[in-house]
Amino acid sequence: MSFLNLNFMYIKPIAPELIITCIALILMLLDLIVRRKEVIALVGIIGTTLALYLTFKVYGLAGPQTVFNGMFVLDGYSSFFKFIFYINAILTICISLKYMEIEKAAYGEYYALLLFATAGMMIIASALDLIVLYLGIELMSLSTYILVGIIRHDTKSNEAAIKYFLLGGFSSAFLLYGASLIYGLTGTTNIGAIAAFISEKGFAGNQMLLLSMALFTVAFGFKIAAAPFHMWAPDAYEGAPTSITAFMSVGPKAAGFAALGRVFMVAFSSIKVEWSTVLIPLAVLSMCIGNIVAISQTNIKRMLAYSSIAHAGYALLGVIAGTNSGLSSMMNYMFIYAFMNIGAFAVVIMLRREGFKGEDLSDYEGLAKNHPLAAALMLVFMFSLTGIPPTAGFIAKFYVFMEVIKTGHVLLAVIAVLFSVASAFFYLRVVMYMYMKEPRGEVILTTSAPICIALAVTALIVIVFGIFPSSLLDFVSLAISG
Amino acid sequence: MEDIIFNKLGYPILTLTTFLPIIGALFILFLRNDALIKWVALITTIAVFIVSLPIYKHFDKTTYKMQFVESHSWIPLWDITYKVGVDGISILFIILTALLSILCVTVSWKAIQNKVKEFFISLLIMETAMIGIFVSLNLLLFYLFWELMLIPMFLLIGVWGGPNRIYAAIKFVLFTLAGSVFMLIGIIVLYYAGGKTFDILALSKVHYPLSLQAWLFLGFFAAFAVKVPMFPVHTWLPDAHTEAPTAGSVILAGILLKMGAYGFLRFSLPIFPDATRAFLVPMIILSITAIIYGAYVTLMQKDLKRLIAYSSVSHMGFVTLGIFTLNKTGLEGGILQMINHGVVTGALFLCVGIIYERTHTRVIEDYGGLSKSVPVYATFFAIFSLAAIGFPGMNAFIGEFLIISGAFKVRTIFGALSIWGVALGVTYMVWLYYRVVLNEVNPRIRHHLSDLDLREIATLTPLVILVFLIGLQPDILLSYMHTSVEHLIEQVNGSAHGQAYNFANLITQYIKEIF
Repeated sequence: MSFLNLNFMYIKPIAPELIITCIALILMLLDLIVRRKEVIALVGIIGTTLALYLTFKVYGLAGPQTVFNGMFVLDGYSSFFKFIFYINAILTICISLKYMEIEKAAYGEYYALLLFATAGMMIIASALDLIVLYLGIELMSLSTYILVGIIRHDTKSNEAAIKYFLLGGFSSAFLLYGASLIYGLTGTTNIGAIAAFISEKGFAGNQMLLLSMALFTVAFGFKIAAAPFHMWAPDAYEGAPTSITAFMSVGPKAAGFAALGRVFMVAFSSIKVEWSTVLIPLAVLSMCIGNIVAISQTNIKRMLAYSSIAHAGYALLGVIAGTNSGLSSMMNYMFIYAFMNIGAFAVVIMLRREGFKGEDLSDYEGLAKNHPLAAALMLVFMFSLTGIPPTAGFIAKFYVFMEVIKTGHVLLAVIAVLFSVASAFFYLRVVMYMYMKEPRGEVILTTSAPICIALAVTALIVIVFGIFPSSLLDFVSLAISG
Repeated sequence: MEDIIFNKLGYPILTLTTFLPIIGALFILFLRNDALIKWVALITTIAVFIVSLPIYKHFDKTTYKMQFVESHSWIPLWDITYKVGVDGISILFIILTALLSILCVTVSWKAIQNKVKEFFISLLIMETAMIGIFVSLNLLLFYLFWELMLIPMFLLIGVWGGPNRIYAAIKFVLFTLAGSVFMLIGIIVLYYAGGKTFDILALSKVHYPLSLQAWLFLGFFAAFAVKVPMFPVHTWLPDAHTEAPTAGSVILAGILLKMGAYGFLRFSLPIFPDATRAFLVPMIILSITAIIYGAYVTLMQKDLKRLIAYSSVSHMGFVTLGIFTLNKTGLEGGILQMINHGVVTGALFLCVGIIYERTHTRVIEDYGGLSKSVPVYATFFAIFSLAAIGFPGMNAFIGEFLIISGAFKVRTIFGALSIWGVALGVTYMVWLYYRVVLNEVNPRIRHHLSDLDLREIATLTPLVILVFLIGLQPDILLSYMHTSVEHLIEQVNGSAHGQAYNFANLITQYIKEIF
């Protein structure tokens, strides 16, 4: 393929990525001219919506489109994850605007970095080659490292960024080790070609393959914050600006799952038994550590960090099922998780105001008295995160349980539901503080139009998909078939 | 042969009954005036009651089939349909729920002062969930309603409850959730075992291997036993009952506890008949333990509400005993006793709530001589106490009589032990009555007392009528359940494939399969 052949046919599948990247660049330039951050944010949202529209237009249409010599693919699987990333970016921008002003860190680059990170995630989801996958992961990670530490005058934020960066670097190294081993074995980095080579040569029991799979598990385990590779998460989540905590508790995690699903289901499809044996303890440990340690947290961001570790465990169950419908259940889980988690963080952000952190659980005491609506929304998100119907969180868990039980992992499902009972304790504690205690001091909420919209959208989705999930389920099943 | 009769009324009567409270709740959401909110809540609950009346009028008592069935596709991916219907077992609980909900609103009229809006919204959501449970013909729909209750009940206990309310609320949720997640797993396993359907009627036609039945029975048992509550997992109940506001206690005692027992009737018995027979003796022993242990613990209570709460453990033991006798007398007695217990214990909690509003104490020692200062109240209290004892001519007598005669048919010893429970019941109730109503007027509460006002009399009167109506004319209710209960017994015994009705056989077979 000569350079001149790069016609529109090759551009079309990567149009959303291009748009996001261009918008990110434009935002950086715009920051020089425009003083008002609202404009920058708005342009960012419009650009993301445009990309969303483009992805939506091709979603569910027949057949995957592969470009760049099979390195990049536009298929239902990647498109579905891209929806999660778009939504994640848009909602994060919505909840950031006012908040970053309060944190005195209202930089225009913030929005550009959000979009760069999003572009990285999109590349991860579409990568059909380990090198492209690595590129995507680095683009995403580097942008996120900066975003975590963007409150320069806050030592906690800096510490979080450094921690995240160092451990993130390690995990990237693991990924590269894994990729090089696989290359040494098969002579290719193309995910599809790897699978073909392995099955053709009968390499299924090969030690190098297993080692490579283990290394990939470490790398992806880090990205999705699954125990025992979760150590960075609580500190990074607590130190990062709350909006970024929301952003990275959803985006990079979903991207990690996208990569995990693709690499393990395609490249390592011949050693399904082995990798599901490795992933089961990972999932159990994540649910255990996430849900148990969250009980003892008093900082709500830290608590939600542990909760996000636990949710990684639940979503992993879908991968462990090792079927296409299992993958669907994992994708469905991440989609719903995006809304409920960002919704919860949006409420957390509203408590932050000049001179008041609002991160301690006790700050929620009596919230229902003065701010019944905010408390009611938080209640919905907390019950959804617990997985109690009629919220979408239940549907998410239910789908995953359906899939693991279908493949015979009944005991695993029993363990999962038991930990979800344990999780009820700390989620409900937030509700308990809001509704059953008297307010200590007056809590003033910082509200703005964008954050209200974000809350309305997330709450609506969580409730509507909790009661009428079938349209969402159809939408997810398109991802695997189309 | 189709087991259902579709709704012929021309409008979706069950759906309307189920979701009318939610509509009322949505309406309340936009109101600001507390007085108006109360009226809307009252009108909604009364409307639900009126809307449900045609169900009894048009109900065909001669068939066990599900009636007024509505079926709509809901989640096609898992073949989940929104399917509702009633039969002779579930129909009575709808009227009980509708009636008690009205009383819950009236009794909370003055008692609830803060967060009035949230209170009545929670109450109405509860009503939808409760009716929903009794009409669901789809397992997942059932489970959704089952869990939907958690949120409003958590708030009812935790926000408007007594001093120790937070502990009680969290304990309630954790216990219930821990039980019901096992049922969730059971539901999913059953889905795959029963041919990928959540339809209760379809699932009950499949014959499952005994070991699977046993595991599933235990899974469902975990959920139902916590709700009933049966003996070892009853500890959440005294706390929840005691701390809940009056309306919450009434709902808990009146309806929520019935859901567990209803679950046994609707799922455990028809879907796992072999396992039910295998576990029969342990179930009966647990029931009798609950009756006697519950009664003894009731005897030593110092707190009015706690006493009645523990008496619920004992009374619900009768219900489960009746169910697991697996004969017509016992089963009908069990179902009737569920209604009776809802009426009587609900009424007793109302009485306690009414007097608590005046005295602000629940300690029995603080009371005494109520018959002198509040004679009308004392009369009502006397009627309900006698009813709780099982006084002939009142409703609980019929229920307990049927249950005990059913128990005698199984083994003489079971019947004899349950009579011992009745005797203990008389002891604690009469002693309570003596301490609270008779005796000298306790100076500590003398100044707070005023007799019942019209609203309170109106709240209690319907229950008095029910007490005597069921007591004297039990066939009004029993006639609804005859055919359904007969069909249920057929289902439980029908799948035995000619095997002898022998627990020991089944247990040894089960043990063999495990090891």
